[in-house]
Amino acid sequence: MAKLIMSLDGSIIREIPLDKERVTIGRKPTNDVQIENLAVSGEHARVVTILNDSFLEDLGSTNGTLVNGAPVKKHILQSNDLIEIGKYKLKFIAEGPAPQAAAPAAEDMEKTMVLRPGASMARPAIPPAAPAAPAAQPAAAAAQTVAAIQVISGPGAGKELEITKNLTTLGKPGVQVAVITKRPQGYFIAHVEGAKFPIVNGATLEAQARQLNDHDVIEIAGVKMEFFYKTR
Amino acid sequence: MPDLSSILEIASATHPGMVRGHNEDSIAADAEVGLAVLADGMGGYNAGEVASGIAVALISSEIRKMLANHDAAPFTASEIERIIAEHAGKANAAIYHAAQGNPQYSGMGTTLVMACWHDNQVAVGHIGDSRLYRLRGGTFEQVTRDHSVLQEQIDSGMITREQARHAQHKNLVTRAVGIDPQVETEVRTYPVQADDIYLLCSDGLPDMVADEDIQLTLATLKANLPLAAEQLVQQANDNGGRDNVSVILVRVLKAFPARAGVLQKLKSWLK
Repeated sequence: MAKLIMSLDGSIIREIPLDKERVTIGRKPTNDVQIENLAVSGEHARVVTILNDSFLEDLGSTNGTLVNGAPVKKHILQSNDLIEIGKYKLKFIAEGPAPQAAAPAAEDMEKTMVLRPGASMARPAIPPAAPAAPAAQPAAAAAQTVAAIQVISGPGAGKELEITKNLTTLGKPGVQVAVITKRPQGYFIAHVEGAKFPIVNGATLEAQARQLNDHDVIEIAGVKMEFFYKTR
Repeated sequence: MPDLSSILEIASATHPGMVRGHNEDSIAADAEVGLAVLADGMGGYNAGEVASGIAVALISSEIRKMLANHDAAPFTASEIERIIAEHAGKANAAIYHAAQGNPQYSGMGTTLVMACWHDNQVAVGHIGDSRLYRLRGGTFEQVTRDHSVLQEQIDSGMITREQARHAQHKNLVTRAVGIDPQVETEVRTYPVQADDIYLLCSDGLPDMVADEDIQLTLATLKANLPLAAEQLVQQANDNGGRDNVSVILVRVLKAFPARAGVLQKLKSWLK
């Protein structure tokens, strides 16, 4: 879900999820986002969100609404756009991970300081942990389906292991070890140690990690096992 | 100086993260002389990269030269500590003067963490909130203590560690390289054991990945250090990657007393 991160003088005040079609901003308490500051008009602006797109509209405010330093009446919001209303800054974050290149202007609110009089330095830093970090959503979705491994050959045949940790190793230390990593986008297998690399569906793994699909057959240290998703 | 390349296994990784356009972290590591340096720059435009780059290049090349060309009796622990503080001071002066001379670099600075392994010990120097951790057996510990407002608040009992995780001002450092004409480097020496794993990292790692997850990664993947380094960076990015993230991992394969080096030299000379 897209959101706005509101800050004042570089400190983050709150996060506003754009969870409904219209989110209004203004000084009056009837607004969804109330800013009690005389520079802010009673009904200052609104953000209209339709599917994946959000639009910012200035509602004829006295002091205007800026986006990335330029006054706007209507504006299609892009991730990392910096909206300014009075002294307040609202950074727009689109759904999902932000693109690589953050707008330079948007870094303003995340700057940090060295605590020393006379020197204020811009330092890209981390805003306080937000309750709904974008990465947390796919992780939560992945949590509903649990992945597991079932041994299909050798003395341990039939044994099942649920993959609950971020990292799960398979194999024999000193001989051959592989690791399955749990990531927001799924499960990946990578080689850890040993001269032999794991085999997935008959193909030997390269140095790169490989994403596992339901019912993939993995072979490590001569033991075959099946990777599958369990539905709870 | 004894060659430590058969004693120390080193792997590193650095990444701009998922939000930042560029990487202001700089890293360097050299197993032969047993030196690792990591800096996390700050300052507008590209000044952060310039500051961290100056610090890492100057410190790693000068200390390397000094250690590699040193044939006399091995440096003592206090001599190594002095060398670390001296070079952090040189980096401070270089960055400070570069900032004074170039308006676009005005106010640039960097945090710094560096470690030098010698004679079964490691000397650790740091300024700011870049950190050194150690995994020894089942114990994972933060060795350096941040020079930050948050750490000061924890120390004075104003807030608990748990509250600190969710605190504002996470990034307010109280000390940095290149901001003032002088800087005080905190340098300490710790005994080293075989199989220790050391982690030097910028704050982009601990801010995004919980200590338990870092520990699990190191313990699980220590047989493949490059994979462990990559995995740590990936976890930071999977969790949002809001900052640059850099890690240097150093695994101590066996003990390395300095005296053995002298003895061996004597033996080979007598042959």
